This record gives sequence, structure tokens and C-alpha cells, in this order.
Amino acid sequence: MLTLQFIPYHEIQDLDSSKRIQKIMKAVKMNKIVLMEGRLKTHEEAQLIRKTMEEISDEFKGIELSVIDNSSKDVKFIRKLKDIFVNMLLGERHGLTIIGPAKIVKEIKQDPDKIQLLTEDIKSSKKRN
Amino acid sequence: MIKKFRGMWKRFLNNLFGKKKQIKLGLYGPPNGGKTTLANKICVDWLGEEMGSVSNIPHETREVQVKEQIKIKSGNKELAFNLVHTPGIATKIDYEEFMKEGMKEKEAKIRAKEATKGVIDSIKWLDDMDTVVVVIDSTIDPYSQVNITIIGNLEARKIPVLIVANKVDLKKSNIKKVQAAFPQYKVIGISAKFGKNIDQFYKELFKLTNQ
Repeated sequence: MLTLQFIPYHEIQDLDSSKRIQKIMKAVKMNKIVLMEGRLKTHEEAQLIRKTMEEISDEFKGIELSVIDNSSKDVKFIRKLKDIFVNMLLGERHGLTIIGPAKIVKEIKQDPDKIQLLTEDIKSSKKRN
Repeated sequence: MIKKFRGMWKRFLNNLFGKKKQIKLGLYGPPNGGKTTLANKICVDWLGEEMGSVSNIPHETREVQVKEQIKIKSGNKELAFNLVHTPGIATKIDYEEFMKEGMKEKEAKIRAKEATKGVIDSIKWLDDMDTVVVVIDSTIDPYSQVNITIIGNLEARKIPVLIVANKVDLKKSNIKKVQAAFPQYKVIGISAKFGKNIDQFYKELFKLTNQ
């Protein structure tokens, strides 16, 4: 059975980078697929990869990570400016981040507009799309 | 954050006072993109010796390697740099994948452990780079979060980036898809293995470093 955990932006907005990563890692290590509102900052994404590498063991093989965020693509300058202003006030809440344990999420295929999760059931090892 | 600021400050001072003697040119990318093949091509072309061993098994490079004092020439221009060849950045490492390639369990586990350390080191070294070439396998989907994270982190550090779409000698190669994924960057298609378009790559290095 797959468990999806939704993390709304308000749950992470006041956390510092290490706490955010800790929260995500805790859920992922419990074999949950995290759907997070918004996205991590670029240095937090790198930090998440570092943390993942530190945690890798025979049981925990790592993560699959993907972000859907089309908010700044192909939009006019005024809209971009508006987005920057809104981000400054409310934080990076646009977009959606998907993070899953590698032993369940085999692959995340990402086109700009859609995401496909290729998962594997731990018990049956049967691939689903 | 402090590290990032320190790196930017260092680059600013170096540019201001012209103290930069050797540019650090990093080769970054996911595993099996062809970083080692490209590093070897550069080293053979300009130093007459290879840098590292190439393998089809991912994570062959598990330590950051530095080749100092590489001087490349284009016309009457000369560019000197230290080449920093980094282990491939990945979000998952499974020792069982190495066993599928014929390794014994113990050996596979050691390789996995070294590979995780290699990824951590690659990320640590980001702050020390002056210029980076991101090497992407043009036969596979470029929309991977690893590629996006690497390039995003370089952009945040204001480090100049050149994207190399490698393996253009293969039928499945699709440079246009790489260009579409990263439209704000210069993308150059090469075959590091066969040296295809390598002269253009060297010319782009000069442009990238403002030489």
C-alpha cells in the first residue's frame, strides 16, 4: 500500500532549512511519498541530497525527487515581477514537490507539465504506473 | 548560506584585484553522463595523459580529482585552468545495482559507501568553482531533478555554466530536448568519446571564462 503525505506550505514556512529537510526525511524513511506544497530553495535541494547520501544504508537506498513549477516560464515581465513580490511576502509556495523513497518510487518522469511516478510495491515487486 | 556568500565574495575580490591565477573549472553532472571521458579527452589533448578510468558501471569516479595547470589554446589565445573532475551526483545509490553488474556483495557495498561520500564531496566543492561544465547524457531525459538542482545551485552562486549534451554519436541523442530543458544556457552537443565538436567546446570554454 502506498502512503502519500501532504505537507502544506504553512507547516514548513517557519522552519529553518535543516528542520525542513529533517521533516521530509522522517516521512520518506517511513516509506511515505511526500507531496509538499511549494518547493525547497536551491541550496536546500542540494542539502537534501547530501542528507540523503549520509543516511543511505542497506535498507534506505535514497530518494526520488521532482518539482513541478511552471509559474515563471513563458510569462511576461510584469507577471514575473508580481511572482517575485508575492514570493517575498508569502514564501516559495508555488509549485509542488514530490519526494519518495527510492525503493518504492523507481522513477519520476517529468515533462514540464506532467509527472509520472513509476512505483514498485515492496511486497509484490510488481511495477505500476 | 555563509559558504555561498564566502564563495561569491572570494570571486568578487579575485575579479576586482585580478589575483585569480588559476581558474577552477568543474565538471559536474549525474553519473554516467561522460564526465570522465570528457576529462580524459581534455587531459590527453593538452597534457598527453588521461585523468581517470571509464566504466559503464555508475559511480566509477568516487573521489574529486584535480588536474592542475591545463593550458588550452585557440588561435592566439590561451586559457589556463585547474580541472576539477567530480563524482556524479545522484539521489539514490543501491549496492544491489552494482551486484547486477557482477560485483560481489562486499565489493558492491564498499562501492556504494564510497559513492555516497563522492556525492557529498561534489556538492561541497560547488562553492569553490569559478566555472562549471555540466555534462549531460543527451540520449536520456534531461528533465531530471539532479540536473535542475545542480544548475539551480550554480545559478544561485552566480557561477558561469556551460551545458554539454554528450554522446551525440549515439542514435538516441536529442540535443534539442536538452536545449528545451535549459533554454537560458548555452548547450553544446559533443561526443567526448570520439572527439566530435570538441574544438567548438574549447571555443565555448574561452567565451565562458571571458578570455
